[in-house]
Amino acid sequence: MKIALEHLTRSFPGIRAVDDVSLEFTSGRIHALVGENGAGKTTLMRLIYGMLRPDSGKIIVEDRERSFAGSQEAIACRIGMVHQHFMLVDTLSVAENVVLGAEPIKRGGIDREAAREAVRGDSGRIGLEVDPDALVGDLSVGQAQWVEILKVLYRGADFLIFDEPTGVLSPQEARFLFEILRRLRDEGKTIVLITHKLDEVLALADEVHVMRRGGFVGSIGGREADAPTLARMMVGRDVLFRVERPVETLGAPALEVRNLCLPRRRDQHPLSGISFTIRQGEIFGIAGVEGNGQRELAEVITGLRHHTDGEMLLEGEALPPLHPRRARELGVRHVPADRQRTGLVLQMDLKDNLILGEEDSAAVSRWGLFRPAALTSLANERIRSFDVRVSDLEQAVDELSGGNQQKLILARELAHELKVLVAAHPTRGVDVGAIEFVHRELIALRSRGLAQLLFSSELSELLALSDRIGVLYKGRLVTVLNAGETDEEELGLWITGARGEVESA
Amino acid sequence: MIALLFATLRTATPLLLAGLGGMFSERGGVVNLALEGILLTGAFTAATVSYYTGSATAGVLAAILAGALIAGLHALMSLKFRVDQVVSGVAINMLAMGLTEFLMWIFFDSGSNSPRVDGFSSPEALSGILTEVPILTICALLAVPIAAWVLFRTRFGLRLRSVGEHPEAADSLGIRVHLVQLQGVLLSGVLAGAGGAFLSLNAHYFVKNMSAGRGYIALAALIFGKWHPGGVLAATLLFGFTESLQGHLHISWLPVRFVQMLPYVLTMVALVGVIGRSKGPLALGRLFVKD
Repeated sequence: MKIALEHLTRSFPGIRAVDDVSLEFTSGRIHALVGENGAGKTTLMRLIYGMLRPDSGKIIVEDRERSFAGSQEAIACRIGMVHQHFMLVDTLSVAENVVLGAEPIKRGGIDREAAREAVRGDSGRIGLEVDPDALVGDLSVGQAQWVEILKVLYRGADFLIFDEPTGVLSPQEARFLFEILRRLRDEGKTIVLITHKLDEVLALADEVHVMRRGGFVGSIGGREADAPTLARMMVGRDVLFRVERPVETLGAPALEVRNLCLPRRRDQHPLSGISFTIRQGEIFGIAGVEGNGQRELAEVITGLRHHTDGEMLLEGEALPPLHPRRARELGVRHVPADRQRTGLVLQMDLKDNLILGEEDSAAVSRWGLFRPAALTSLANERIRSFDVRVSDLEQAVDELSGGNQQKLILARELAHELKVLVAAHPTRGVDVGAIEFVHRELIALRSRGLAQLLFSSELSELLALSDRIGVLYKGRLVTVLNAGETDEEELGLWITGARGEVESA
Repeated sequence: MIALLFATLRTATPLLLAGLGGMFSERGGVVNLALEGILLTGAFTAATVSYYTGSATAGVLAAILAGALIAGLHALMSLKFRVDQVVSGVAINMLAMGLTEFLMWIFFDSGSNSPRVDGFSSPEALSGILTEVPILTICALLAVPIAAWVLFRTRFGLRLRSVGEHPEAADSLGIRVHLVQLQGVLLSGVLAGAGGAFLSLNAHYFVKNMSAGRGYIALAALIFGKWHPGGVLAATLLFGFTESLQGHLHISWLPVRFVQMLPYVLTMVALVGVIGRSKGPLALGRLFVKD
């Protein structure tokens, strides 16, 4: 199915999210839509999917101009979308999720056999294995992604939009997804893949369309495309992909973790027998599929949770279970995984976020009252040194881009003398330019002799930055590898448990 | 013993109807504290209408209508005008208390209770057990499997559950979230309204503030019963049982007040014991706002 866009424009208060975009998605091909975060890719797709209405411009589906009042009209037009965040109801079964909104009916109730059959039919055809009666909440993220695809197929979509579908998948699952996408294309379906991962684009796309700041930059054939060209089109300048990582001599052990344990509790993944040492000037990466204890490990080290067994030593001295404030004072700083919920208070303005956690320090307050002038100059200084792009200090943080939010957290956490930095997914959801900035910053800290614990779901990022990489699987540190001696392939096997005996070292 | 069983069924009836009603509201993600006010309004409406028409059936139908109206008010406030669902519910309960008392002065010239109403007379043909079990109790018991079927086997039920768990997902599939929630809340008004009718028709009077917290106990039963029809039935029978003990438990050294406290104490114990493990609809109380 072919969809052409002509002069499509859509504004939100303050920004033109999509600005006069004209392009054509030809039939039966895999199209990649690339651009930095905030480039307008998702907004553009939401316009096609009927979730938003354009201010002006035309959407032409198979040579007929269409205007969708809601996503159900787009669905009726055989357009389907797999959203970046799962749109699945955990407490319903796979079959119920698939038919939701378009349920087959028999004798007044839902025809459950027909629903199961629909799941089996579609999944069998494209080679997925999914149990129609399984509860979606019990599925792995990979399987949940298959359910999303089945939902779209059940509605008969010929034009399938995938918004960042690999963000939560392991490399093996992502490769399998690509396999599925190729199969769907060979069935004659049109696929649009929104992504900012260039390797995916190069592996998969027949055509690549680039957006920057709401505007359409250009299209290029999948075969002609290469990473530097695409990056230049996306960012508007040359981008360094791999930050130089100078060879450093490691210092004394900065953080030692010995046999750390955490019990299983509601909402808490257990940790068992975690031991590792990070030396000064070393980046220790933690690889793992999300939900294998990463969050718990980061939170134990930063004092947000308390371990029940084992010990931690900071520069050789045993640390008792700490209050997070005390951990910060001792020089253990945290860039949390979820910057919007843990890292920042979104409703507060910029300068307040910049001094969060040090409200009562003499630098900004006296006798329990803020010193506005000191506060302003401190905030200005931090913003400048970390190149946070803001309009003014009173700006609300939720108006900032992901990259600028992350810089804000770095500016706050790195403003003090620190010994250990726990950085959890520091580049998640930030654009190429900001990734480069964060990577440079972490490498610079490494050169200054800081010990870092880096969590990331991007194996390429771990490999590029870390000195050593530990794999966390089901709450255990199953192996520790030298980053220079391993690759994504091997790590992929470890994090999925395909290679899984606990090393006896 | 048999007498205690019948008493349990009778006291459980309004709790069961309100609890099932609450289930339809909360499964859709709307907290419904207004159950208390709906019970009270239903009780008043049933008594008044059946007093003037002489028909208990008319009283029940009017109570159902009144219940739906009050529930509709709750839906309007919380879905359309975005009032916090708890605040809206509490406000409605206070309104119901004042309004029923005010109307009682108008219709019956009394601030405490209505004149006697006949309620349902047992049909001559039915004898034995059925004469002991009011028709509304039988309806309430039948409502349990029907509610389960509606919730778990029908299109409406599936959409209601999806809306209460993940409204954004439902919306992305073209389901009109607030419409489905409105239907769930209205259904809760219908059921709790009938529960209110049982209160006054079974007692043959409407008494000021006769719901006496039963709406809240029904909500507790809903949590205790984990938002499942069968669980709600079991929980309301348990609460009904402890309330019925008052008339049947005579222990000389135990002050009668302690027995009267039992249902409330049990409610608290049940909630403390279960609330950590009982997981309600994920989006309960969170208003869906489309961006």
